[in-house]
Amino acid sequence: MAAHSAVLSMSKIIKPFWGGHLGNTVKVFGTTLTSHRNKSSLTRENIPPPAKYGGRHTVTLIPGDGIGPELLNHVREVFRFSCVPVDFEVVHVNSAVETEDDINNAITAIRRNGVALKGNIETKHTMAPSVKSRNNLLRTSLDLYANVMHCQSLPGVQTRHKNIDIMIIRENTEGEYSSLEHESVSGVVESLKIITRNNSLRIADYAFKLAREKGRRRVTAVHKANIMKLGDGLFLQCCREVASGYPDITFDSMIVDNTTMQLVSKPQQFDVMVMPNLYGNVVSNVCAGLVGGPGLVPGANYGHVYAVFETATRNTGKSIANRNIANPTAMLLASCMMLDHLKLYDHASSIRNAILNTMNETRLHTADIGGQGTTSEVVQTIMRFIQSKGQLTSEY
Amino acid sequence: MYTHTHTFKEMQTVTLIPGDGIGPEISSAVMKIFETAKAPIRWEERNVTAIKGPGGRWMIPPDAKESMDKSKIGLKGPLKTPIAAGHPSMNLLLRKTFDLYANVRPCISIEGYKTPYTDVNLVTIRENTEGEYSGIEHVIVDGVVQSIKLITEDASRRIAEYAFEYARNNQRNSVTAVHKANIMRMSDGLFLRKCREVAENYKDIKFTEMYLDTVCLNMVQDPTQFDVLVMPNLYGDILSDLCAGLIGGLGVTPSGNIGANGVAIFESVHGTAPDIAGLDLANPTALLLSAVMMLRHMGLHDYGNKIQTACFDTIRDKKVLTKDLGGNSKCSEFTADICRRIQDLD
Repeated sequence: MAAHSAVLSMSKIIKPFWGGHLGNTVKVFGTTLTSHRNKSSLTRENIPPPAKYGGRHTVTLIPGDGIGPELLNHVREVFRFSCVPVDFEVVHVNSAVETEDDINNAITAIRRNGVALKGNIETKHTMAPSVKSRNNLLRTSLDLYANVMHCQSLPGVQTRHKNIDIMIIRENTEGEYSSLEHESVSGVVESLKIITRNNSLRIADYAFKLAREKGRRRVTAVHKANIMKLGDGLFLQCCREVASGYPDITFDSMIVDNTTMQLVSKPQQFDVMVMPNLYGNVVSNVCAGLVGGPGLVPGANYGHVYAVFETATRNTGKSIANRNIANPTAMLLASCMMLDHLKLYDHASSIRNAILNTMNETRLHTADIGGQGTTSEVVQTIMRFIQSKGQLTSEY
Repeated sequence: MYTHTHTFKEMQTVTLIPGDGIGPEISSAVMKIFETAKAPIRWEERNVTAIKGPGGRWMIPPDAKESMDKSKIGLKGPLKTPIAAGHPSMNLLLRKTFDLYANVRPCISIEGYKTPYTDVNLVTIRENTEGEYSGIEHVIVDGVVQSIKLITEDASRRIAEYAFEYARNNQRNSVTAVHKANIMRMSDGLFLRKCREVAENYKDIKFTEMYLDTVCLNMVQDPTQFDVLVMPNLYGDILSDLCAGLIGGLGVTPSGNIGANGVAIFESVHGTAPDIAGLDLANPTALLLSAVMMLRHMGLHDYGNKIQTACFDTIRDKKVLTKDLGGNSKCSEFTADICRRIQDLD
């Protein structure tokens, strides 16, 4: 243990010079850092905000398709207005071409900057099956293993259920999204769902650490182990193992179909939920719908080294693109999550408070939450709230 | 869809499987209601406990199979799921024996049983034989497990055809295929292709495709936009329970399983509730509505409508409700009230 702490203290000295290349430095000094789990990746204390030059951060921006570009433009507008010290490196990804050059450029840019904000890249499933989902490729290449979504009832929004406060932690790299398929016999297709012990332990660990950090009392694992005994059985077992190390947090499990039924009748019973990839897709969309829709909830994808922020339900929104009716809330809240990650807490709170205040103005609500407001009206109001709080803003 | 043609008042045989737990009492409630309605149904009661046949394979008792093969229509109560009994679940055995490929759940809001969602009127049709529930799993190396999801052309075409037939026979306007072909390109892509092909033959029905996550998102915000949904096994499992939750849970949701060769088994999908078994506290609504679904399947729409109206009126009236519906009446009182209404309707 002494050697371990010596490495860590040494790394604190080396850090300013080597920045993100910590791993190589440690190898050079002949000691091996133990597993990533000791690095306290959740509190992100050992990982410096990356790519910081002259006090300004560089963040990769991937506009994507549909409503992505216009929403991200609004984010840039708000950031410029509030003098947020973030510069965006824009990388376009063309979803219509079959080559993977674009997405590889984007991945390289994210490796360089460490943080990204993205819109959803459309997957045209009329193309050949070898053309994989670009979003999925990004997540797996960067090992963004945890997708975190916080669903909270917002005071200004009318919904059928009140007082919802659920954190959903979804395994983001394996499970049903392994993209391993083949046609063994003509007319018979097999798709592989992979569950590994390492990834299940990793995501369970993340869930419990996050629950403890946020003062949450209960973690529920969502699964279908009665049918998929080996696969989901392994996932459940890993969750139980990790749970035993957190006696202060209650752990229980629920089968996914029962979970969805409970969510639409009594969503207040859930606190933190952890699950494999596909069930995460279903549950996060159900929860987003319960609190008011896809326009309101931000999502974050965390890995040990990289973080990518986007809207929680990852919609392309082609039908509402370029009509000034999309709800900018989700993307703006995602950018606030990104600012928190970059430790620019003051800017994050200021923008977040402005957004929540704007939410209370019912006449500004966009179509998805039952109003008739336009995107630009909402953004203008948010900027007005930021300005009225007296913080430094740019000449408009 | 298989409609029996028959002369008025000709008795139809139906195999009745009461089941375990509260199964027997809710089955007798249904039989009583049918008797009062003078429905032309003759019940043949059978038990299904797994027995080991020749060759060591588990199977359902031969007299149960014989009865089902002859009558083609079955009504089933909840069955106990055995843990470590050495044999697969009875539901699975039934499904394999009769090739029950389509699970149909109409989810209609019950006036009088208030949930946050009103005006729900949709049907989920779930492929029930393959997909993620093929049961094929391997441990590749220690700590890595692989589950295989199987999608075949034949099964996909069969379920799509059933969905469109159902839509046509029940005056539904649109069929929506639910999939995740952006991620599972080949498997869900195949399913989608078959649905599209079948849709060509049913130009009178509108066909749309929607991602699973979009369906979930929209379902909890506005379920009225959905009509008939067709999907592979896992999504069907999740969505059908989600929709059941919208209208009030498994205690009030009917369900039907359609098999090859015209076999159809209608069932309640709730559990056996062993804690209230034999205490006359159970709610027979789910089994009753499944029986109504059965009547409609058999072409006996008048009887079906009469019984359904009586059931909904009782619930709407709120005077004689079982505990799970918010009252404190007994099962027999609830049943008696429905019977009374049926007699008044005549």
